Amino acid sequence: MQTETTTDKAVTTEIVTEISGSEAVLKALIAENVDTIFGYPGGAIMPIYDALYDFNDQLEHILVRHEQGGIHAGQGYARTSGKTGVVFATSGPGATNLVTGLADAMIDSTPLVCITGQVFAHLLGTDAFQETDVINITTPVTKWNYQITDANEIPAILAKAFYIAGSGRPGPVLIDITKNAQVQKFEYSGYTKCNHIRSYRPKPIIRKEYIRAAAEMINKSERPLVIFGQGVILGKAEQEFKQFIEKAGLPAAWTILGLSALPTDHPLNVGMLGMHGNYGPNVLTNECDVLIAVGMRFDDRVTGRLDRYAKQAKVIHLDIDPSEIDKNVKADVPVWGDCKESLPLITALLEKRNHQDWVSKFSTCMEKEVEAVIQNELHPTDEVMTMGEVIYQLNQLTNGDAVIVTDVGQHQMVACRYAKFNSSKSNVTSGGLGTMGFALPAAIGAKYGAPERQVVAVIGDGGVQMTIQELGTIMQNNIDVRILILNNRFLGMVRQWQQLFNEKRYSFVDIESPDFVAVANGYRIAGNSISKREDLKDALATMLNHKGAYLLEVFVGKENNVFPMVPQGCGVSEIRLK
Amino acid sequence: MKNEYTLTIYTENQVGLLNRIAIMFSRRKINIDSLNTSPSEIDSIHRFNIVITETEETVRKIVRQIEKQVDVLKAYYNTNDKIIWQELALYKVPTAIVAEKIKVERLLRSYGARVVAITKDYTIFETTGQRAETDKLIEVLAPYGLIEFVRSARIAIIKDSKGFHEKLREFEDAEPVTPLTDDFISEEESNSTIV
Ligand SMILES: Cc1ncc(C[n+]2csc(CCOP(=O)(O)OP(=O)(O)O)c2C)c(N)n1
Repeated sequence: MQTETTTDKAVTTEIVTEISGSEAVLKALIAENVDTIFGYPGGAIMPIYDALYDFNDQLEHILVRHEQGGIHAGQGYARTSGKTGVVFATSGPGATNLVTGLADAMIDSTPLVCITGQVFAHLLGTDAFQETDVINITTPVTKWNYQITDANEIPAILAKAFYIAGSGRPGPVLIDITKNAQVQKFEYSGYTKCNHIRSYRPKPIIRKEYIRAAAEMINKSERPLVIFGQGVILGKAEQEFKQFIEKAGLPAAWTILGLSALPTDHPLNVGMLGMHGNYGPNVLTNECDVLIAVGMRFDDRVTGRLDRYAKQAKVIHLDIDPSEIDKNVKADVPVWGDCKESLPLITALLEKRNHQDWVSKFSTCMEKEVEAVIQNELHPTDEVMTMGEVIYQLNQLTNGDAVIVTDVGQHQMVACRYAKFNSSKSNVTSGGLGTMGFALPAAIGAKYGAPERQVVAVIGDGGVQMTIQELGTIMQNNIDVRILILNNRFLGMVRQWQQLFNEKRYSFVDIESPDFVAVANGYRIAGNSISKREDLKDALATMLNHKGAYLLEVFVGKENNVFPMVPQGCGVSEIRLK
Repeated sequence: MKNEYTLTIYTENQVGLLNRIAIMFSRRKINIDSLNTSPSEIDSIHRFNIVITETEETVRKIVRQIEKQVDVLKAYYNTNDKIIWQELALYKVPTAIVAEKIKVERLLRSYGARVVAITKDYTIFETTGQRAETDKLIEVLAPYGLIEFVRSARIAIIKDSKGFHEKLREFEDAEPVTPLTDDFISEEESNSTIV
């Protein structure tokens, strides 16, 4: 290690003692206030697990059923707690099983520290048993990774790992520790937290001239539109954001990762952006005069076709990551920096306004959408149930206080569109990567991250089968999560595309499922399955009121589609209502 | 319009960083024309020179992504007119030909080639220069039996750079007070340089 770091001297320094590398790892976790670890043991990480045996009272380790489950649980934990998730895995297959979760956490900026065991240093490169080149496999999907071969490096490297994972734009960090370093005894002189790395600028400095320019542009605007993403949540800037939009009366629309940063029923919350977002925010993106993007990265699922995206508007882009500015959409005013700091600076310069006429345009659009889509989705007259009405009834019972964890597909879009949220960090979903199988393990982590909250996982019949083994984790640890399977007996989202764009050539989307209730029961988890509307309310209430985990399967229409929709390759104005 | 750009990247000296930087290009299916890593003017700080042929927009985005990497301190990109650059080339030719044909000897001299090794079988010449010159020399040597040829990566110095000493001091401050601005990262885009 030649990288120079400065550290916070204020943190405890103990008198020098001899400890093993493994103990040093666990001491680091404790110093970083880690309370929960999701993991799975194996040969190359056994010394750490052996040390863990003695730390059982300070660190809760959850034995998952698959390392992918472990890392998604770590992600769920990070999302609801706002802290860094910690994951353990062994070398070789244990480590490669983390890759999907790393990619997911990377693209969704989720802070994680993953610790993998590795073969003895002298065996590196020899194709030793369970040796994989984890560092090189994970380089593209980690914010930072590092291999430790000497125990002396452990305290400083773990301090760096936690600092990097959680600061600036957060992300996953992987630390690979060879077995010899885990068993090696070394002189331990305490753990010092890291708060500066000279080659790493987590927070760009806010430039006053851009603050002024942004405020001026907003003050002059007649039709401003704010679009916000997870940056608001990651920056813990929900309050600052609210004050910002309220002062100038700015309508605000969210990406699915920004969802829940602003309460659903806030009068300036005009809905969801993007492919299956609301009609108003999509079409009015192409009518606004100033587009103010806060902590979002103009994903193609949000923008649709770029050359038809907000061409008429001046763009103000607030982001902590300078490489996001101008990446997809050119910014007229780039406001680099942490939005927790930049938003209040702009707010202070804003004139009090209310853009009544402009905001009412969103209501008009909403009326149109209600008539064309929402009424039928939430209050169908057909015999078969819709996903929307299930979410609607769920809202009635949770009042918007639950954490909703979604998987990927139609149910995800429907849940994000219709679920009600009163508080931040309540929506956990795989946005950027769209990882099927995310929800069940993420819900486990979400519960550990917010133990006082009700956690409901909404999952498709396809996705749940990707990580269904995590029912075992729920069983063994009595994890209080509700699992709501919306079963349309299809890989619904793919089927929808095949119907709309491939002339209904349903190619391998017809998926058979087991008796999910029987499977749950096999794991000693209670459950129920319904297919009639008259049972819905009671079944949902039973699910929510049950003591402990519960699985409810609801059969919904087989060939229902999610609308509105901006077809791929179209501009946001070309959004289809049917 | 695509153009030749030379990237200058200051980094920590870290195992694995070369891969982290290289995959920035391969991920976008961009070919690296030349890559050199070496020490820099500052002890412990490494300096990469990478040459690619791309549009300025692509280069700018990549440079920002590179600079985002934890172990990268700073990345710049420049067109050829903003840098002084050189490459080293070695040519192995049969000694007999050099001795026999005075023309070859003269040719080599006119290209500024310097003899670095002579045996009875072969002679090795070295030139330092830019690609067009070394390419030309291969061409003219070819008819006389060029046995081996190798050219190094490009190394470059940015004409307007004041070096990294001052910048490093700013980087080492835990709480930087002024935005770090760069004047030579890109002339047109001084309002969107990275701090
Ligand atoms: C791991 C993974 N494989 C494949 C896909 C592609 N994909 C996206 S949505 C979808 C269908 C999901 O079906 P289901 O879980 O039943 O949910 P539904 O859309 O029916 O609500 C598929 C296959 C994916 N997102 N993730």
